[in-house]
Amino acid sequence: MSVVLEQVTKTFEDPHRPGGRVTAVDDVSLVIAEGELVTLLGPSGCGKTTALRMIAGFELPTAGRILIDGHDVSRLPPHARNAAMVFQSYAIFPHLTVARNVAFGLEMRGLPQGEIASRVRAVLELVELSGLEHRSPEQLSGGQQQRVALARAIVTEPRVLLFDEPLSNLDAKLREQMRVEVRRLQRRLQITSVYVTHDQAEAMALSDRIVVMEAGRVQQVAAPFEVYARPANRFVADFLGRVNFLEGRVVSVGVTGVIVEVQGRRMEVPWRLPAPPAGAAVTLVVRPETIALTPDPAGRDTGFRGSIRRAVYLGATAEYEVDWNGTPLLVVSGNPLEQSLIPEGAAVGFDFSPCTVHLLPADSPARS
Amino acid sequence: MADPFSQWKHRTIHDLRRLRNEPILAVAVAAIFGLLLLFIVYPLIRVFAVSFIPDGAPTLRLYREFLGGWFIRQALLNSVVMGVLTAVGGTLIGFLFAFALTRTDIPGKPLLTAAAILPIISPPFVSALSIILLFGNNGLITRQLLGFQEFAIYGLRGLLLSQVFTFFPVAYLTLRGVLESLGGTLEDAAMNLGATRWKAFWRVTLPLCLPGIASALLVLFIESIADFGNPLILGGSGFPVLSVQVYLQVTGMYDLPGGAALAVILLVPSVTAFLVQRYWVARKRYVTVTGKPTRAVLKVVSPATQWVLFAACTAVALFVLLFYATILVGAFSKAWGVDHSPTLRNFGYVFGVGAQAITDTLVIAVTSSPLAGLLGMGIAFLVMRRRFPGREAMEFISILNFAVPGTVIGIGYILAFNQKPLLLTGTALILIANFLFRYIPVGIQSGTAVLRQIDPAIEEAATNLGATTQTTFRRITLPLLVPAFFSGLVFSFVRAMTAISAAIFLVSADWNLMTVQILSQTEAGRLGAAAAFSVLLILIIMAAIGLIRLILGRIFDYRYQATFG
Repeated sequence: MSVVLEQVTKTFEDPHRPGGRVTAVDDVSLVIAEGELVTLLGPSGCGKTTALRMIAGFELPTAGRILIDGHDVSRLPPHARNAAMVFQSYAIFPHLTVARNVAFGLEMRGLPQGEIASRVRAVLELVELSGLEHRSPEQLSGGQQQRVALARAIVTEPRVLLFDEPLSNLDAKLREQMRVEVRRLQRRLQITSVYVTHDQAEAMALSDRIVVMEAGRVQQVAAPFEVYARPANRFVADFLGRVNFLEGRVVSVGVTGVIVEVQGRRMEVPWRLPAPPAGAAVTLVVRPETIALTPDPAGRDTGFRGSIRRAVYLGATAEYEVDWNGTPLLVVSGNPLEQSLIPEGAAVGFDFSPCTVHLLPADSPARS
Repeated sequence: MADPFSQWKHRTIHDLRRLRNEPILAVAVAAIFGLLLLFIVYPLIRVFAVSFIPDGAPTLRLYREFLGGWFIRQALLNSVVMGVLTAVGGTLIGFLFAFALTRTDIPGKPLLTAAAILPIISPPFVSALSIILLFGNNGLITRQLLGFQEFAIYGLRGLLLSQVFTFFPVAYLTLRGVLESLGGTLEDAAMNLGATRWKAFWRVTLPLCLPGIASALLVLFIESIADFGNPLILGGSGFPVLSVQVYLQVTGMYDLPGGAALAVILLVPSVTAFLVQRYWVARKRYVTVTGKPTRAVLKVVSPATQWVLFAACTAVALFVLLFYATILVGAFSKAWGVDHSPTLRNFGYVFGVGAQAITDTLVIAVTSSPLAGLLGMGIAFLVMRRRFPGREAMEFISILNFAVPGTVIGIGYILAFNQKPLLLTGTALILIANFLFRYIPVGIQSGTAVLRQIDPAIEEAATNLGATTQTTFRRITLPLLVPAFFSGLVFSFVRAMTAISAAIFLVSADWNLMTVQILSQTEAGRLGAAAAFSVLLILIIMAAIGLIRLILGRIFDYRYQATFG
């Protein structure tokens, strides 16, 4: 089943200003294909949860339409939408056992007892909770409660599965484990899913596509690789992972790329249409892990030169802040066990491969 | 920024519009408002009206007369003095128990807890009755053991003793909640930062308890000056208090307007204390109950202090025990102070002459308490989960009766319901209505507490899984409210069985109550019969609570029982 948002806007009454409105979701259009898992990603207050709640029917759009499987559901009450949600707080009914929790949605659909029992049994097996049917929710661990919430949502075979930051209450290890499991289940059941999170690693690991939101607006919709490698604007580049912005100028436009000058050095950077005109100011998006450092650069051609201002050893990686003619530059280098740590104050050479660089117009903040 | 009034207007219009789309809600709100206005506000208005317009024209004559005379001024002063002293004494003992039971590991905790709870489930003047049996003119201790001919237990001294023992459990329950929700980590932190146990108590524990202590003081003050049984029995003519004077004015002199005026005077300190409690102290709470009390640490008290606390609590508990043992022995004694040989004669009297009062009491309590529980839940649900104009007003009115002394309500009911079409005097209905509307606040409070803890996402989850709004309410919200309903029900049942101050105005030849019987037997000097009535009353209450727990245990998970403490 596809989910379509057509120019959806949601404004709320401003509690501090009688008559005033606050815009939570601003003219959002989105097409989610059948079987796809799309993540709404953004900082808190960006409108992602409101968008999700509108799909569920807990909020009604102020303007625009929401279609599930081609049918306009914008005005349907939540119980008629068949869009099961996994809540951030799990929202497990505290007075019902695990099995009764899972059976709830089926009972609401008036299924015969026998079928309810067999479907509950099957889904609990699927989420590996067999044997806990008669436990009360408070006897479960956080991870188990999470599985109950998931089982309760998928057992109804919903048209759409909605996730509202479902893993944010789990500890780091369990979260990564559940991430994999959610993805495995969703792939297997092929349920169209909308997943809300502010955790970019979670979004990267889970999604077919990521919708980056800020201030109620969609900033970019793309596959995880694309969003990270070719962010649409400075906001997206900054929100996903860590980044260096270098200011440069286009010298000339060639066939395969543009020649850009950065601090007196020229490099050829790949560019996708439309190419910026010669002389235009551009911002180079340089990810810190793409920069290679060379210790003891004296007498060698190492591209750029700088000195280590700060060095932080993190085990799997080492992070350096390089002073580049007064500009601080973040560098993440892998495998510090082999390379050993470069001491603070040392002079270094550094370079990055131009093909990993992404160009933005010099003035490209978030869309608003 | 707009001014508060236009904000309010804006919100009200918005809410009214919303109400138009929800006819069931509109009807429910209107019905509840109607009932609250009729049974809470209207009687109060009648009291005011009659006192200011006693004979057709508005006048302050009654107030001038009463406040001009020394006697009523003295009674008012006495009421306040008694209220203040009871509040201080009761809160002290209540804090002692709460602290000892939450912060130390003294032995015998279950027994001490029982001693602190027992007075709550007995009629408020049981201690007065025992005090007379023990220290009165024919008292076991004063006359038999010590040989006093004249011992002045009547007056402030005896009254204070009985009031403190009657009301300290209320302070204990309040402060226990406060101490439990504070947890022990803050005291741990203080000691970790170098404070001694003593300093941790004075600098951390006590300051954090201050709002709770202030609240306990005010509640005890309100209950104490509203109380009627103890001062009637023990105050004597030497220590008149206002609540008793209201009663005497009405029943002794058949002067309803005068009684109403005195009731209004009595209302002033009560309502003042209530407003201070609700709008000032309640806002100063440091801790909100999170539903997950941290396990209290047990090393905040040195062993020596612990034994001092233990000794003090035990002494109080022994006193409570002595009071109840006295009642028990008194109920089985031929003639107290003269012939203590065992007899069942008193119970014969109770089941003979008093049988009617027993069934009346049960009928009225069993009818009114489930209704009070239901209405309390309904109001709690509406106030917490629905938006409608007058939400705050609804909550305020339904809690208001807590602050109004029973005698005032009693007079109000006589005045309001003594003529057609609202002719209720002399019927069971007037007693039921009285108990129903007086004891909803506890149901409302436990209902709102439960609803505050239920994540709204739980109700959303139900609709998300296909349940309609009505199904969600029936299958999810209602079952979760059940424990709160039963704690409201238990409370109003206990109160309906033990209350007297309003009921004494409303009983009739057809419908009488056990508490009224106990009081009149005591006044008539038939102490054995009074004691037998009291024993029976306490047994009925214990059996009822036991029964409710049993039913709940059968139906629901074990964990719900914790709610009923």
